[in-house]
Amino acid sequence: MANLTINGKSITVDVEDDTPLLWVIRENVGLTGTKYGCGIAQCGACTVHIDGVAMRSCGVAVSEAAGKQITTIEGLAGNGALHKVQQAWVTNDVPQCGYCQSGMIMAVAALLKEKPKPTDQDIDEAITNICRCGTFQQVREAIHAAANA
Amino acid sequence: MNKHVSPKLNRRAFVIGTAAAGAGLTLGLDIPFGGPTVVRAADGSPEINAWVVIRPDDTVVIRIARSEMGQGTLTGLAQLVAEELECDWSKVTTEFPTPGQSVARKRAWGDFSTGGSRGIRTSNEYVRKGGAAARIMLVQAAANEWKVPASECIAANSVITHTPSGKTTTYGKVAEAAAKVEPPANVKLKDPKDWKIAGKGLKRLDTVDKTTGKMIYGIDVKLPGMLNAAIKACPVFGGKLKSYDEAKVMGMKGVKKVVKVDDSTVAVVADTWWHAKTALETLPVVWDEGDNAKVSSESIAKWLAEGLDNAQPAFVGNQNGDAKAAIAGAAKKVEAVYNYPYQNHATMEPLNATAVWTADKCEVWCGTQNGEAAFAATLEASGLSADKCDVHKQMLGGGFGRRGQTDYVRQAVLIAKQMPGTPVKLLWSREEDMQHGMYHPITQCKLTGAFDADNNLTALHVRLSGQSILFTLRPAALENGKDPVAFQGLNASGEAAIGYSVPNLLVEHSMRNPHVPPGFWRGVNVNHNAIYLECFMDELAQSVGQDPLAFRRKLMSKHPKHLAVLNAVAEKIGWGTPAPQGVYRGIAQHMGYGSYVAGAAEISVTDGNKIKVHRIVAATDPGYVVNPAQIERQIAGSFVYGLSGLFYGGCTVKNGAIEQTNFDTYNSMRIAEMPKVESIVMPSGGFWGGVGEPTICVAGLAVLNAYFAATGKRIRSVPLRDQNISFA
Repeated sequence: MANLTINGKSITVDVEDDTPLLWVIRENVGLTGTKYGCGIAQCGACTVHIDGVAMRSCGVAVSEAAGKQITTIEGLAGNGALHKVQQAWVTNDVPQCGYCQSGMIMAVAALLKEKPKPTDQDIDEAITNICRCGTFQQVREAIHAAANA
Repeated sequence: MNKHVSPKLNRRAFVIGTAAAGAGLTLGLDIPFGGPTVVRAADGSPEINAWVVIRPDDTVVIRIARSEMGQGTLTGLAQLVAEELECDWSKVTTEFPTPGQSVARKRAWGDFSTGGSRGIRTSNEYVRKGGAAARIMLVQAAANEWKVPASECIAANSVITHTPSGKTTTYGKVAEAAAKVEPPANVKLKDPKDWKIAGKGLKRLDTVDKTTGKMIYGIDVKLPGMLNAAIKACPVFGGKLKSYDEAKVMGMKGVKKVVKVDDSTVAVVADTWWHAKTALETLPVVWDEGDNAKVSSESIAKWLAEGLDNAQPAFVGNQNGDAKAAIAGAAKKVEAVYNYPYQNHATMEPLNATAVWTADKCEVWCGTQNGEAAFAATLEASGLSADKCDVHKQMLGGGFGRRGQTDYVRQAVLIAKQMPGTPVKLLWSREEDMQHGMYHPITQCKLTGAFDADNNLTALHVRLSGQSILFTLRPAALENGKDPVAFQGLNASGEAAIGYSVPNLLVEHSMRNPHVPPGFWRGVNVNHNAIYLECFMDELAQSVGQDPLAFRRKLMSKHPKHLAVLNAVAEKIGWGTPAPQGVYRGIAQHMGYGSYVAGAAEISVTDGNKIKVHRIVAATDPGYVVNPAQIERQIAGSFVYGLSGLFYGGCTVKNGAIEQTNFDTYNSMRIAEMPKVESIVMPSGGFWGGVGEPTICVAGLAVLNAYFAATGKRIRSVPLRDQNISFA
């Protein structure tokens, strides 16, 4: 049993303490925007914010997330308007298959909170998500666009 | 706002679209196939219809039979239909018809296959005709209502205008009447020079949902009462499932059933996938690994190396003159041996399919590159007839060729069949995906070049040894045992022709098929053939002290389109002008999937083994361009896939199984390693070439040739990881 706060809502789920947060979000809570890619915190497709910090949810036990503020891609947009990172993604036509982009956007949103005007080097160091389609050139452009929005 | 219709609503949307009363109408079209590939229905008739639905509110629903896996085909095909339809692009939405519907309507949407960079090039003509015919019928309907000749009416932006009177109406208002109009027997297509929607770099139609988490991929499908399955096949390909002890896991939380899927595969079904996977890892399984357990990368390499011996039998793919005699009598001879490894597709979305089976019906929801192949797999595994089956295509979290195969669809149906009436979602773990791929085939190549006393290249012998994809996946496509696809980029003519004229040329393939299953991996045989030919061309140039570009140009006078893209990248990279301090250049060209491609790179190397790729200039001539912005994205994206394979890829075999299990042992490029890609899209018209695959090889070629320029060391083995070379 775990008491979670996801996108501002309190939710109680009946799961084992060591269940990865990713699977609780996807299967028990039913929010499927957060993706499974590797299960070993390598690819970043499952990135969510925990107390504002980008975390790979496949590597976080649900018990560690209890009582903390969890934000998923579904909760990033506020008041019906897209988050500035999402808007930059739309404007720059970033996604290809799009599967990794929830995690990519969550990682970028956290970066911009910490560094509102990141340099290319900041981006290289902070954004380590895998994108097999390889839309990195558009990701970089869109990060700068979001920073300047 | 343009919005892709949620794919899970396909069936419902289709039913609504075809229902008569008021909700919108399907414009039934009977248009003969015309494109480069004639696709025939099961009954042999090359017919198609039903591309356009107009709703009363003027929404234009364009049916897309091909799959969308990130390559942008969904948007490109919609542009082509909309161009001829003369509709308002802002009112366009799309949906995927199902293969079951297509079969029931005499294969109304033709081929669903989305591989070989064929999505647009082999369907552009009939989808444009679909749009054009719909426009003609809509205009006729308006003319009938006004009692004026259709020739006095024009259509633009979803509005029909009677020119003499100035009267107007909209597509939505006349759609019902238009559906009853006799389809035109012949339609004339626009000259691409007059395109207004096609040919433009419009935004994709499916972006918003991909940024909000709302896009539904196969892995996200939810059905009432659905259970989840985790699966494990014998790690040694060809091995068998001997026994398992289900009693050890049946008491575990959420576990519902342990299922023998087939003679080499077991699955656990549980309430959640996490429970299923956890139980599967606990399940004691005994495998009968068989003789393949003796196979290793070393034994495969030794077997392939034997095929490089000219005394061994080989299939001839391209031949002119007498290369062997010319080499024997040459003033100078150069020889080198290259190799290229197995590669896994590693789509970001692991393979999955959801199935529900009863004695009367079987339905599947999955991402697939070939809806009809998935449908066929469903029929076979379910034991039911076509009228009792259907496949609901979902958005693909990457395909790259892997989702053209249907092993995972078959498995899902076989599991569901053992739990009648219960929907079951089968999801492969990343580990299962890494160990049960359909791998880029493994090959080696010996190349021999001969020069006369004046340093003219007189002969070239390319001897390939290794695996054939067709041998395993499409044996019926072999030609007297020969795999014609093995010679991609080395052929005398056709859509993958060599760009050089050599007086004496011999290209041959000693086919050797290890037990590891091969598959079509983005670029397919172009990936290794391009490395072999284009790195060796550099070696030949260097052996006679000539500039790599000048050396190539001398052999390309009869190949103007190959030469044009090569010249374009040479000019843009600044070939012949000094590079920045410490920066070295490489250049290469190739042809595949009907398109001409070239690349040039600027790199620097530190400590002899750390490569920084500063710039890659790429050029492609795909004949016609439907969306240049998406082509640029495909070029840059293909470089990430290709360079990831070159630097980090490579699957090795130990005791008959693939050693790599996840991204920690099979890495993929990150943004920090991404070079600046400058694309030159230079369509010369008159032919339709592919986009998704042709460029993939040129980044690696240019980097390898630049690495030689920087270090004097020639790399002849992939991946670079195994030679202790990495990104800086």
